[in-house]
Amino acid sequence: MSTLTTAAYLVSSVLFILSLRGLSHPSTARRGNFLGILGMTIAIVTTLSNPGVLSYKEIGIAFLVGGLIGTSIAVKIQMTALPQLVAAFHSLVGLAAVFVAASAYYNPSAFNIGAVGSIPMGSLIEMSIGTAIGAVTFTGSIIAFGKLQGFVSGNPLVFKGQHFINLLLGLGIIALIVKFCIDQNQELFWLIVFASFVIGVLLIVPIGGADMPVIVSMLNSYSGWAAAGIGFTLSNNLLIITGALVGSSGAILSYIMCKGMNRSFLNVLLGGFGGEQAASAGGVKDDRQAKQGNAADAAFMMKNSKTIIIVPGYGMAVAQAQHALREMGDLLKAAGAEVRYAIHPVAGRMPGHMNVLLAEANVPYDEVLELDEINRDFSETDVAFVIGANDVTNPAAKTDKTSAIYGMPILDVENAGQVFFVKRGMASGYAGVQNELFFRDNTLMLFGDAKKVCEDIIKGLEN
Amino acid sequence: MSEISNQLESLSYKAQQIANEASQLASSVAETSGGHSDFIIFGITVLVLACFVGYYVVWSVTPALHSPLMGVTNAISSVIIVGALLAAGPVDSNISKYFGLVAVTLAAVNIFGGFVVTNRMLSMFKKKQ
Repeated sequence: MSTLTTAAYLVSSVLFILSLRGLSHPSTARRGNFLGILGMTIAIVTTLSNPGVLSYKEIGIAFLVGGLIGTSIAVKIQMTALPQLVAAFHSLVGLAAVFVAASAYYNPSAFNIGAVGSIPMGSLIEMSIGTAIGAVTFTGSIIAFGKLQGFVSGNPLVFKGQHFINLLLGLGIIALIVKFCIDQNQELFWLIVFASFVIGVLLIVPIGGADMPVIVSMLNSYSGWAAAGIGFTLSNNLLIITGALVGSSGAILSYIMCKGMNRSFLNVLLGGFGGEQAASAGGVKDDRQAKQGNAADAAFMMKNSKTIIIVPGYGMAVAQAQHALREMGDLLKAAGAEVRYAIHPVAGRMPGHMNVLLAEANVPYDEVLELDEINRDFSETDVAFVIGANDVTNPAAKTDKTSAIYGMPILDVENAGQVFFVKRGMASGYAGVQNELFFRDNTLMLFGDAKKVCEDIIKGLEN
Repeated sequence: MSEISNQLESLSYKAQQIANEASQLASSVAETSGGHSDFIIFGITVLVLACFVGYYVVWSVTPALHSPLMGVTNAISSVIIVGALLAAGPVDSNISKYFGLVAVTLAAVNIFGGFVVTNRMLSMFKKKQ
């Protein structure tokens, strides 16, 4: 690699770091994204000027086709479908890593790592590890995509001996890698790919839909490590640095999500949490009656309140209620109330999902606050309006040691003067735990589709 | 006199040649003996340091922008296209090249898709008027 190339790659690494750095505040974020694009452009142009890269025509066509597909998907996608989009994109990085490694295996001279059959040991190790991570990322992301999109049941799929099979497969892959590094055998390479595909599927199927934020972040992390692995094969620092950035980013997001649920990463990975199973296990029949209200009551009460905190959850995304919700908030503000939004770290199906949806509905970002920033204010708030969230407001997390969600940080909506709960029915949340809050004196349930309820309240406010 | 100067000239030419050969030998020795294994240690150093950079940079990202963060990281992880371009680069068509072209396409979907969707997300974040 020439000095100039190395320097250009370094510039692009620095641009990537600055790009992530830009995301520390919404006001600098777009510049951050632009720096990322610049870094990528430099990386691509630099690589194209490599003397070994000659087939510009084919590369141009491949790049253009990919670029068109990517752009048209990204332009059309609905913001509520972001989590599955990101999962789908991760799968592509994984698959690309597999193809790059396969290509390096069949034509090592293009990568300066010896000749077919005599690839140095170090390169073989890197190549096979990169392949395995890439393949796991590919199928794992496909399953995550299926669960988020609804192609695959969101319920955890658990069967006996599952973890034992995964362990055997994992050990099998390690054994295959060892043998591949000694033999350089073509069949072994594809066996590694195949076994990794299988383990990718098996790792994700036992994990329930609402744990997907952790999984999507984890796969984000994997796609980074796959890139870093290929970076070692190519002796390329840019790939290693970028891979490490993405890898640590995904790992940190997974950690934040796990902490938001007070569960260990291992607990999430082992799966089986939530879905029907948990619902039946924790489903003690409750004969208590929750107080039910209607939109007109809610409109009247909120019109006469000074402070309102809205707590959105995944239900808001499903019902596409963010625009109606913002309209309701605007009317309340016009009536003289202070309206703010409280976001729990695990609300929605990917980190920051709610923030994007509210931003889409033109809610200014300085009205949207995180749990730590707003939690103390509930006690001085007239109305808490919970829309499509459930478990993240359950006070049992603080009091009931036997509860599945004990210890999870929650939004203290119960401290507000009046709580409105927009919900389709009395069903328990993802964790399968009944929400104590439904039966409190200061709680009023508003049953119905989130969007419909908001629209009804808007009508009530306009009268 | 001229004979001596001729001899001197050829001698210095030979010396130059030997020096050239020696330096070539030295560089080729470095390549075969330690070239790659040296890179592993060097690469691991870079990896570990970059993890620390990533750790501090990502913790400074505001939670409100965690979705765009995933969009950007998704796009930049497609820097793997560097490997794909090298694989697709050679003129002669073989399986390796086709693998490379497929990888270029996949990575391009991600690069464009990731940056465009992130830009869409970020353009929606507005301050209170």
